[in-house]
Amino acid sequence: MLKTYGYPEFAFHQSVDQKSGAVRRHPVVIVGGGPVGLSAAIDLAVQGLPVLLLDQDKTVSIGSRAVCYAKRALEIWDRLGCAGPMVDKGVIWKTGKVFRRDREIYRFDLLPEDGHKMPAFINLQQYYLEEFLVRRAEALGVEIRWREKVTGVEPADDHVRLTIETPRGPYALEADWLIAADGARSFTRQELGLEFKGQVFNDRFLIADVVMKADFPPERWFWFDPPFHPKQSTLLHMQADNVWRIDFKLGPDADPEEEKKPERVTPRLRAMLGEDAEFDLEWVSVYTFQCRRLDKFRHGRVLFAGDAAHQVSPFGARGANSGVQDTDNLVWKLKAVIEGKAPEALLDSYDTERVHAARENLLNSTRSTDFITPKSQTSRAFRDAVLDLAEKHPFARRLVNSGRLSLPATYANSPLNTPDEDEFAGAMAPGCPCADAPVEVEGKAGWLLNMLGNGFTLLCFGAAPRRLEVDGVTVEPLAAGRDFADSEELAAKRYDSRPGTIYLIRPDQHVAGRWRNCDEAKVRAAVNRALAR
Amino acid sequence: MKLNTKPNIERPDDFYEALIELHRDLSEEQSRQLNARLILLLANHIGDMEVLSEAMEAAAEEPE
Repeated sequence: MLKTYGYPEFAFHQSVDQKSGAVRRHPVVIVGGGPVGLSAAIDLAVQGLPVLLLDQDKTVSIGSRAVCYAKRALEIWDRLGCAGPMVDKGVIWKTGKVFRRDREIYRFDLLPEDGHKMPAFINLQQYYLEEFLVRRAEALGVEIRWREKVTGVEPADDHVRLTIETPRGPYALEADWLIAADGARSFTRQELGLEFKGQVFNDRFLIADVVMKADFPPERWFWFDPPFHPKQSTLLHMQADNVWRIDFKLGPDADPEEEKKPERVTPRLRAMLGEDAEFDLEWVSVYTFQCRRLDKFRHGRVLFAGDAAHQVSPFGARGANSGVQDTDNLVWKLKAVIEGKAPEALLDSYDTERVHAARENLLNSTRSTDFITPKSQTSRAFRDAVLDLAEKHPFARRLVNSGRLSLPATYANSPLNTPDEDEFAGAMAPGCPCADAPVEVEGKAGWLLNMLGNGFTLLCFGAAPRRLEVDGVTVEPLAAGRDFADSEELAAKRYDSRPGTIYLIRPDQHVAGRWRNCDEAKVRAAVNRALAR
Repeated sequence: MKLNTKPNIERPDDFYEALIELHRDLSEEQSRQLNARLILLLANHIGDMEVLSEAMEAAAEEPE
């Protein structure tokens, strides 16, 4: 029980499967009810597929854990119909300050681009996020089996058999497809004997959530070598309900059990916040992290997503944010395969595209880690030199790396893309996630991304072509001027449109292809290519 | 090769002396820090990643 939050308790109900005693087959089973598993379940339900989710616990995330949710993740949750309460409850910061010892060396303002529905990111405790996701999943009729722990995973050619332990004993079921979203210590991954390759870091970090009793500015503060915690680093971040996340780097030799004790934590906080600051300790945890991933995210009928597939350092908020992009990439493909509209090869593109994204995230998070925790004397000398210079010389501020905040990956070399044959400027190249823009629909203000739906869309700037049926797959036209007014002309600008320009957009809102004129044959070919047919 | 390795400093002895003078009376640690700052300032002035990469490669070559 926290002072600002009461954990919901989800009940165990013995399932029909277990009661029947027979081994029943399900089309899709998800293991793990964290942000990634829940998002996958909601997406499948939104796409009209039956889904079963298994989670071994009976409540949401214990502790605030992941705290920053980036724009692209919020856009995905908006497509899934649950971003509203997250944005309402979450907090937004704009000013970041970087301190060294007792001095502020510089500050920066996040100046997010206008004309996007979702903010650059929000800070929100993970338990709230999961609660909003659970509510959405329940509203969609997703079957969640709480307190059911997978104890055996046996892959076969055309299904996976699971053994499950429940408060009423064990039972078994089969899944045509299994989404393993069972986290960094993934049991599924262990059961399949898969290697999780990468770097293990020894530094321990202490996180303390405190409830502040007086106003404190909504800013992100990062200290190198703070006077209250010499030779280390500290991060201060705001969350909902006046709760502040304070993250102390402890170094490799700290004893996690000792460090977690209030009599150890409170003096650290006092030294940092000042003798007069009034606060209550909400939650404390000590963590280490790894930067590593699976070689492949698809193993036959088992599809790994989120931390089960790849683990990054927390710097840059690339864990949960990239995990949700995994499921965003996966679910429409799985649907097409299940419905017989695409070959299984389409799922290999999940592997290609998301392994590429994971590499990018690992690269960024490893770089931040090397800056924050230099591993050699020379590395430390350069890091300190950057900080020495940053106060006076603007160039050095761009080298300061206290985390590069999560940006969505572009699948630039994906086999699903149809390469440009016409001239285009701007960011919306094949493989890019679509940019949002304010639009007007029937006289009301709206957003471009909200108009894209969950299938293939043909975004047209000019005469709208008819709806296309491409071997059982529908492509809905969406025309500027007919279906929406490009009220601030930002859609035209962001998509570098001229009269006649069209974009083929995938169900996950990534660009599949674009042309200056609509040639139906080319669009059909691009749809087939985007489905690996 | 974009990196200029032909003589480019007008009075090389003056430069060399100034460089050594800069480190006079500094501890090993202070010298290390100073060198790091100097490299960063020079690297930013050059800016061109190709030149920087070539310089890093040239510097990494072990003398025979």
